[in-house]
Amino acid sequence: MHGFANPARFLRLARWLTAPLLLGGLAISGAALAYGWFAVPPDRLMGETVRILFIHVPTAWLGMGGWTMIAIASLVELVWRHPLAGIAARAAAVPGAVFTAICLVTGSIWGRPAWGTWWVWDGRLTSMLVLLFLYFAYIALAGAAQRDGASNRIPAIFGLVGAINVPIINRSVVWWNSLHQPPSITLGKSAIDPAFLWPLLVAAIGFSLIFGGVMLARMRALLADIQTEARLRRKVLEA
Amino acid sequence: MREALDQWLFVAAAYAVGIIGTLLLAGWSWLAMRRAEARRDKARGK
Repeated sequence: MHGFANPARFLRLARWLTAPLLLGGLAISGAALAYGWFAVPPDRLMGETVRILFIHVPTAWLGMGGWTMIAIASLVELVWRHPLAGIAARAAAVPGAVFTAICLVTGSIWGRPAWGTWWVWDGRLTSMLVLLFLYFAYIALAGAAQRDGASNRIPAIFGLVGAINVPIINRSVVWWNSLHQPPSITLGKSAIDPAFLWPLLVAAIGFSLIFGGVMLARMRALLADIQTEARLRRKVLEA
Repeated sequence: MREALDQWLFVAAAYAVGIIGTLLLAGWSWLAMRRAEARRDKARGK
């Protein structure tokens, strides 16, 4: 793990992995979505709209997974001062926010035919919306810290504190009455028919690879910006 | 009176949001990375 604390070593690996992760993820998730559209049968209760599952659920998982990554990277940055941890946390924020937004929008689209409403202020939907606002706040804080040359400690602490929302999202359908269904997939168990479960898991793998590819691309961009700034500063000092 | 909803319209809308959003995210991240690395190489005088 500490071997990758060296940005040069990390960049060598990232250069090799970024495009395959992005292209592989797009191909796998595209294939799963096409299969979901053309080959999956309609559900007995939800009818054709069950196909929204293949986008809504993976993006929900990755929205929560993105913040979990921010929290872990923030902890590593605060405790061990790993030079890449803060960059990894910042890189996870934008894909996490985009996948959370896609989850909310596709959930709203699904809610109209399934529940008869686009939105309800229940525990699951509200805590997911809070997650999106937490992402916006984190992106703004981290951007301001980088722009002003301030310490990364404040975004890192915010990343850790914000993680309290992740278990709340997960347990919201158990703790409160909700239009949203209770968890269909838990560790080792699934209430979903295999006809829907397999394309869902393949789509989740595809979207996860895209998340990884985007995160590496953003880490490379952030590292390149830091290197450019350092080079320009050195040139000014030498002049 | 219950309105008739074409379920496929909702599926198509959700697919469009998911696919367009993901493609924009991947494409924008890739281009931003290439631009940042080009700026770094220029600053190095490569």
